[in-house]
Amino acid sequence: MGSVPEEEKAPGFGDLLSDLREVYESGRTQDLEWRQSQLRGLIRLLEEEEEEIFDALHEDLGKHRLEAFRDEVGVLKKSVVDKLQNLKNWAAPEKAHTPLVAFPATALVVPEPLGVVLIFSCWNLPIGLALEPLSGALAAGNAAVVKPSELAPSTSAFLAANIPKYLDSKAVKVVEGGPEVGDKLMDHPWDKVLFTGSSRVGRLIMTKAAKHLTPVALELGSKCPCIVDWLDSNRDSQVAVNRITGAKWSTCSGQACIAIDYLLVEEEFAPILIEMLKSTLERFFTRPEYMARILNEKHFQRLSGFLADRRVASSVVHGGHFNPKTLSIEPTLLLNPPLDSDIMTEEIFGPLLPIITVKKIEDSIKFLKSKPKPLAIYAFTRNEKLKQRIIDETSSGSVTFNDAIVQYGLESIPFGGVGFGQYHGKYSFEMFSHKKAVFKRSFLIEFMFRYPPWDEIKMGMLRRVYQFDYVSLFLAIVGLRR
Amino acid sequence: MAEETVRELRASFAAGRTRPAEWRAEQLKGLIRMIDEKEAEISAALHEDLAKPHMESYLHEISLTKSSCKFALNGLKNWMKPEKIPASITTFPSSAQIVPEPLGVVLIISAWNYPFILSIDPVIGAIAAGNAVVLKPSEIAPATSSLLAKLLPEYVDNSCIKVVEGGVPETTALLEQRWDKIFYTGNGTVARIVMAAASKHLTPVALELGGKCPVVVDSNVDLHVAVKRIVVGKWGCNNGQACIAPDYIITTKSFAPELVASLKRVLVRFYGENPLQSADLSRIVNSKQFKRLQDLIEEKRVADKIVYGGEADEEQLKIAPTLLLDVPQDSAIMTGEIFGPLLPIVTVEKIEESFDLINAKPKPLAAYLFTKNKKLQEEFVANVPAGGMLVNDTVLHLANPYMPFGGVGDSGMGCYHGKFGFDCFSHKKGVLIRGFGGEANARYPPYTTEKQKILRGLINGSFIALILALLGFPREKR
Repeated sequence: MGSVPEEEKAPGFGDLLSDLREVYESGRTQDLEWRQSQLRGLIRLLEEEEEEIFDALHEDLGKHRLEAFRDEVGVLKKSVVDKLQNLKNWAAPEKAHTPLVAFPATALVVPEPLGVVLIFSCWNLPIGLALEPLSGALAAGNAAVVKPSELAPSTSAFLAANIPKYLDSKAVKVVEGGPEVGDKLMDHPWDKVLFTGSSRVGRLIMTKAAKHLTPVALELGSKCPCIVDWLDSNRDSQVAVNRITGAKWSTCSGQACIAIDYLLVEEEFAPILIEMLKSTLERFFTRPEYMARILNEKHFQRLSGFLADRRVASSVVHGGHFNPKTLSIEPTLLLNPPLDSDIMTEEIFGPLLPIITVKKIEDSIKFLKSKPKPLAIYAFTRNEKLKQRIIDETSSGSVTFNDAIVQYGLESIPFGGVGFGQYHGKYSFEMFSHKKAVFKRSFLIEFMFRYPPWDEIKMGMLRRVYQFDYVSLFLAIVGLRR
Repeated sequence: MAEETVRELRASFAAGRTRPAEWRAEQLKGLIRMIDEKEAEISAALHEDLAKPHMESYLHEISLTKSSCKFALNGLKNWMKPEKIPASITTFPSSAQIVPEPLGVVLIISAWNYPFILSIDPVIGAIAAGNAVVLKPSEIAPATSSLLAKLLPEYVDNSCIKVVEGGVPETTALLEQRWDKIFYTGNGTVARIVMAAASKHLTPVALELGGKCPVVVDSNVDLHVAVKRIVVGKWGCNNGQACIAPDYIITTKSFAPELVASLKRVLVRFYGENPLQSADLSRIVNSKQFKRLQDLIEEKRVADKIVYGGEADEEQLKIAPTLLLDVPQDSAIMTGEIFGPLLPIVTVEKIEESFDLINAKPKPLAAYLFTKNKKLQEEFVANVPAGGMLVNDTVLHLANPYMPFGGVGDSGMGCYHGKFGFDCFSHKKGVLIRGFGGEANARYPPYTTEKQKILRGLINGSFIALILALLGFPREKR
């Protein structure tokens, strides 16, 4: 009879968290200069390590350097510079109006950091989805842990190596690993958690967060529709098709939460659109390296699985070639796959583009209302009425007319789904801040009708205060009215 | 039944009933009429549930709710307006705006201590934002709950705003449905259940919870005024059963005797020598809470620290204002939220030490400081995290509709009051409108070095890059 060897204790994160808390409580991260130095550190990281970042993204996803610059490094740097420029303003207390004349006071809203925050990044924009929120968290004065996705291992390793080099390694940590690591991290209480990824995991994160009442922000996926209206001029149509093609296939091969998932067009326009898409695809993707590859075998299987449904396979009008050796999938167009098929109910997250036809373009609004709220709705149209109807009658994280994806790079537009937290620009700062209401009174002005014992006279005075009937109140106080 | 209710509301919302500004204004006007016409009934219900003095009901519930409603009515059109935001060189030409839209069908779960305002106030925000609403009032304040169930259908659109009464089973049934937001006011234990239920549907939540609201009293104060404000903030608010009532006091060892003497004087002035007889004090809501509070002061190391009060009448469910001095930090009364008429006073050597004491506990919903010392005030604001703060007064900040009201950390997430209530139940939708001009080939493959240069410039907001891009550089090779 031997003794059972002790199970190797999986690492917990209690120590990590208490160390970070200690650093946070020392006040270090709240200092404005510290925050500025971290933002500068991020900018330097992006500048000095640009080639390394391109390499990592190419290794993980086959991303072309231009795409990497356009979608991740470039917008990120612009965003961090914007934060640096605005930090002082954002961190300053804001005066608030105070109308209670009977209880004079000064009122301020003071932004304060939440404390120690956790950021889960995703594999498809592994640099952007880690560092944009991180820049917000640091600007807001928090200590932070970044958990990159293990499915983008080169980028994860890059972050683990470089964040300690360019940022304050005592207050900013990278924890690498898979779902078990994420799970263990969520065993602990955080002051905020931002998760970017699938709804399935989002549910798990929120359920765990509920145990500690940890506030969460969730950036999840969805099927982003693109309505394409008749465009009278050839030029306009070509511009639209350029933008659609770019938004679908040049952004991580369609593996992006804001990529166009499917199109809605009028029946008669569909064949024309399809021809234009085909020729544009040919023009753009002259070399295979201009398209990122599919992340891994699992996703490759998932995407080929969509075509296992024969009705879906027979709706393919262009492309459809899958290369399991290189994990690449040709840009594929499908015309009216059945609405109950997987490809039309699940988020595609890949280079397959269903085109759904409607009789009149206005019917697409009804179509959208019957579906879950997407992260973005796109519409190419010159019809002002249609635009307004889309804004008024549909609900989505955001709406972009006559372009796609670019909204991601604008600091002034809040980015996020419906209800669960928005970021980018100032919103990134606010996501990781608490707006503390501060009210200051003097001892000077006292109104005895606030205090017990209470009677009808005091009641009358109070009524006047609340009705903002200051004249009556004044008269009552000086005894000229009951 | 919960399922049917949600289905009906979803249909009303999908039909667009709650969207027009006129509808929203009608509902708010209806609520104002309800408050005006039924003030006596509301006050009576509050008295039945909590023995709430008529004046308190007016002060804290009725009048505040009415002014909250009026504020929303006045602000409505402005709040609903899309906000224009500056365009950017990166997407030139373009225009952008942020459009507020309702979340959809929301669930509001209210609490028992301010059962009227904590029910109607969030409803005001939800309606102003254009949502359909289910209100679940607290069953621990049954008279107010049934009054709300009776009155609301008479004054607002019942196809979009419903009251569902009940206890744990009814609330559980409601929590199983899919909502677009859940707004909960109450305690941390139930809040965890609410959030866990919400996570199944990925429903966002706002939680208005409590905590131990500390009051730091410096010696450099106008003591009499300070004490009056502390007393009315504690016992004038439902006899201490309020999320923002002062929970405990921290002061210096040297100042404590003066403070305690002043507190005693003011307590007698306000509530008489026999506070259990005073009509100006609410009772404890039920025997469960009564027993909980009794247990707190009967704890061995605590009982002998009572310096004033301690009397209780179990039949009337009344507990007198009670002061305790220097109870141990690890006693139950110093670890959990008191939510009752007991006020421990903790002493420190120097007043600055109070900050560490406060920060060692979970973040409170409100923190109060009494001092004339400006530097101490600044340090307090900078170093003590809290939902909200008041210097030289208590409780009042919740009456300012221009300030966000809500907790942080254990005291909650999300905020409301005034426009913040509207925002709480809205989604801020970013809308970017581009034209077909300004086509930048640099965005698209085939990717060349030329394009990279221009793209760099464009993203960095360079005018030259923009012009080059607009002129069609780099030229496409045909």
